[in-house]
Amino acid sequence: MPDSLRYKAAIVGAAETTDLGVIPNLSTTQLHIDAAINAIKDCGIDKNQIDGIATTMSPAALAHYLGIVPRWLDNTSVGGTSFLIQVRHAAAAIAMGLCETALVVMGQSGRSRVGETSARMGATSAAGGPRGDISYPGQFESIYGTSGPTTLFGMGVLRYMEETGTTHEQLASVAVAQRKWANQVPRAMFRDLITVDDVFNSRMVCYPFHLFECCLVTDGGGALILTSAERAKDFPTNPVYILGTGESTETPVVSQMYDLTSSTAFKVSSRQAFAEAGISHADVDHLMIYDAFAHLPIYGLEDLGFVGRGEAGAFIEEGNTSPGSKLPMNTNGGGLSYTHTGMYGMFAMQEAVRQVRGEASHQVPDVKVSFCQGVGGMFMAAGSLVFTNEPPH
Amino acid sequence: MSQEGYRKPVPIPTPETQFYWDKCKEHELWVQRCDSCNHPFFYPRFHCPQCLSAEVSWFKTSGKATLWTYMINHRPVPGFEEDTPYAIAVVQLEEGPKMLTNIVGIENTPDNLVLDMPLEVVFEDATDEIAIPKFKPAG
Repeated sequence: MPDSLRYKAAIVGAAETTDLGVIPNLSTTQLHIDAAINAIKDCGIDKNQIDGIATTMSPAALAHYLGIVPRWLDNTSVGGTSFLIQVRHAAAAIAMGLCETALVVMGQSGRSRVGETSARMGATSAAGGPRGDISYPGQFESIYGTSGPTTLFGMGVLRYMEETGTTHEQLASVAVAQRKWANQVPRAMFRDLITVDDVFNSRMVCYPFHLFECCLVTDGGGALILTSAERAKDFPTNPVYILGTGESTETPVVSQMYDLTSSTAFKVSSRQAFAEAGISHADVDHLMIYDAFAHLPIYGLEDLGFVGRGEAGAFIEEGNTSPGSKLPMNTNGGGLSYTHTGMYGMFAMQEAVRQVRGEASHQVPDVKVSFCQGVGGMFMAAGSLVFTNEPPH
Repeated sequence: MSQEGYRKPVPIPTPETQFYWDKCKEHELWVQRCDSCNHPFFYPRFHCPQCLSAEVSWFKTSGKATLWTYMINHRPVPGFEEDTPYAIAVVQLEEGPKMLTNIVGIENTPDNLVLDMPLEVVFEDATDEIAIPKFKPAG
């Protein structure tokens, strides 16, 4: 039995939906299908060779639409990081021979809401409505006027700023830095360069978060096709090997985090991925940290161990994650500038794959190792992946 | 506030939370403590989250708390239109557990809401069966 997922599987096909941003003519299902077909075309595979499928919607519905008869399924649904975790599970399934070629696919009509049947995130109480509901968030959060992630995800930030001396300017600088990347990404929804003052002058959504410190709300999707590292060489695309993986959960009730100023799931998930990959932080050429809100890259840099406690705000403000820096982060512009359908994790992976392949819009020179960190719900879950283009020795 | 006029979400108690809401109705804030490991905890559960013991007891809190962290929502939410902007806050009870709440009795501005400020519980009667615990500046 394999004792690690290191170099057991590789991504051979990767694609997003043909359009991105506002797609009122495609339902959630059709966004999945568009992304899946694009990924199939990307690697030129006969779709009948796909024998595993992972999705947060109905695997049966997608498999039947695509005319695929799978022998491996994964329906892990823990918010926007689900797809990173599904890639991990797909690598494990391939390593164990449960399937040979897996399709991990997502689509979400987050903006146009075409065919969206369920609550966008499992952690909030939107389904409760004015009469409340029986869930823990329904009984103990929505009664206080919460309204999804904008009113809860950043709950710990003021405490974090108080304890670390992190400033509002530094929080705003996350949006400024990522816009520098998006500036050269044609598919990014927001591309114009911005300043800290522009962030402060944008509408206050939920203090301390201004509009530019909150993610976009868009339509889109993406798909990845994985197979064994050995078989990956048979495809026309350059293999993106899975080097390390991790996953964890914390709590569906954000006020009950073990520590509101740090993500336990980030720590547990990322440590697994670093250990499995056998790399140090200095080996990471490119970093994606799921940024639904501006504090997530700050929490992420610290919880993943790239900087010490309280150092991330200054690190970003001083340009250490901007174009030309030593730690390029969120190089598509992230959820703040590129796109965010509600479950962004697939897009973080797509950008990591593009960077490792050397085909990103705002390409970082000589990327060999990319670390991709996902969050699900509001610090509810986490998934981590390490990608590389270097073949196994 | 008249009960007919209460337009905010109202919780629907479940077996493990019924006692909590029954005490809130009496304008008392009770949380649980583990009889095995002495760990105090919120939200209500049948088992201690620290050691999984089913031997857990309710106790009445002092109602005193401090402001741990908060956000101030500027976008109207159904039932909260007249309160906007309003704080959604996490307070730490004197006995240890943290809970989400609203801050009343003071304009909800960043200048007014200072972390660690002392607070005390008050109750807002929502229906004949439900009173919602909120917190106001102490003293």
